[in-house]
Amino acid sequence: MTTTTSGPSIEALQDKAKAIRRHVVEAIAAAKSGHPGGSLSAADIVTVLYFGGVLRHDVNNPHDPNRDRFILSKGHAVPVLYGALAEAGYIPVESLVTLRQLGSQLQGHPSKADFSIMEASTGSLGMGLSVGVGMAIAGKMNGADFRTYVMLGDGESEEGQVWEAAMSAPFHKLDNLVAIIDANKYQLDGSVEEILDWNPIAEKWAAFGWHTIEIDGHNMEEILAAFAEAKTVTGKPVCIVANTIKGQGVCFIAGNNDWHGKAPSADECAKAMAELA
Amino acid sequence: MELGKATREAYGEALASLGAEIPEMVVLDADLSKSTMSKMFQKVYPERFFNMGISEANMVGVAAGMASVGKIPFASSFASFIICKGFDQLRMSVAYQGENAKFCGTHSGISIGEDGVSQQGIEDLALACCLHGFAVLVPADEHEMRAAVRAAAYHKGPVYIRAGRPKMPIIYTADKEFVIGKADTIRVGKDVTIMATGLMVGAALEAAMQLAETGVDARVINFSSIKPLDTEAIINAAKETGAIVVAEEHINHGGLGQAVSQVVVENCPVPMTFVNIGDRFAESGTPDALLAKYGLTAKDIAAATQKVLARK
Repeated sequence: MTTTTSGPSIEALQDKAKAIRRHVVEAIAAAKSGHPGGSLSAADIVTVLYFGGVLRHDVNNPHDPNRDRFILSKGHAVPVLYGALAEAGYIPVESLVTLRQLGSQLQGHPSKADFSIMEASTGSLGMGLSVGVGMAIAGKMNGADFRTYVMLGDGESEEGQVWEAAMSAPFHKLDNLVAIIDANKYQLDGSVEEILDWNPIAEKWAAFGWHTIEIDGHNMEEILAAFAEAKTVTGKPVCIVANTIKGQGVCFIAGNNDWHGKAPSADECAKAMAELA
Repeated sequence: MELGKATREAYGEALASLGAEIPEMVVLDADLSKSTMSKMFQKVYPERFFNMGISEANMVGVAAGMASVGKIPFASSFASFIICKGFDQLRMSVAYQGENAKFCGTHSGISIGEDGVSQQGIEDLALACCLHGFAVLVPADEHEMRAAVRAAAYHKGPVYIRAGRPKMPIIYTADKEFVIGKADTIRVGKDVTIMATGLMVGAALEAAMQLAETGVDARVINFSSIKPLDTEAIINAAKETGAIVVAEEHINHGGLGQAVSQVVVENCPVPMTFVNIGDRFAESGTPDALLAKYGLTAKDIAAATQKVLARK
């Protein structure tokens, strides 16, 4: 199994994140619909997962029973995952522009039935962490050492099921499970703060019994350090609260929630690509 | 008719007895294991039993995740809770993902009795049948339940099993085998066919005996597999007996009655009528009083049969 343990340089990771952001913008522009804001906010974390030696995975053996699992519970951000999978060699980069097109395995939200690399079918918010808890319990029962990573949104965490799962993982001592909150501060209708402010986020997860790490979700060193710390924690699951900027990486999208679910025009796409070059 | 055990009790027994032969089996419950009887599995295999607490949505998602790693989870709660509270999770995390996970809803119908509407699962078959790829099974007695749990465990794909709270009339013997997708003719007859499921199977047999006294020769078919549906048995019944009564402890939407109607209309239209709860909530009461008030007795089935015969 290929394991990227010695990790590439910070610069290499930043370049990879730029490439993935380019895929996000181009694919959503080609599809003429999608969610650029939440995809871009997650790009640096997803980059570190796939290229920073965090996830144990093998493009030549994608269904290895002992692979680490990554569930994108905030399924609308799936262009960032498709972009990472293309960079990792799972799918051709050219296929990314089939996003949301009839007959494409790159569905608008992750679909395991259409694309078996997806660990879970998500898009109805709040569901991924429960599936991850099930994987983590089953992994422990099997004596397997794979780890399960689940990325949620801060808006998504308004779903009650998230807290059912948050309650159950520490009870089952799932130290093979990591939740990542992509706290980009916005949801469809506006800011989390004005719609349903559930701050302080990290304190809530800690109170539920999770080992909690709060980081800047765009700082590669901090992301790498958080995942490294997560691997050392025993007896409880880990929650990484990643403070991010929705739309990070493209100046006219960053922090502007009008870009929650809007595709860039050809001109806007070209502008974004120039910035991400 | 001789009363056997409740199908929920047979469910618990079947889980416990299958545990040794199927090591991948795990059992989950949402704080109702003493009532769903899944506790019987816990007694034998405590390390393979997970009480997820009063968190049905999470339980369904956890079952899906376990299945994706190769476990064969059986998750149970009351029919009303596992289906209604877990529905989006059953749709997304189980059906859409195509996971090999099994679910059992006990205390179905109004025969749960005094607890009333909140606990009476009367929409579960409609909702379960909506789930793409699910098999939906309603065993009629303890023997059929044991066979159905075995069939579900060996079936590749998601399954919903409906169980009841009261003791059920014995229909079968202990050697009963269960074939998903097959209906079972338990009484031959040529004048009319009564198609029944679950608790209504015993009532249908009783109705057929009452009808025989008036010279009506009724066929009785047990539809313990609601999905997939035995269309051949339906078409044959329509052709050979020319009239159909469908009896189920469920609302009139989306259950066995509508599924059978679709097959009949497309293949061999004949007069049909339906014995079910209708489009309403029930109430608190003893199981027998509720079944009588809401029209789910042998007498009701016999009366409906006479009515449909008049339209033949």
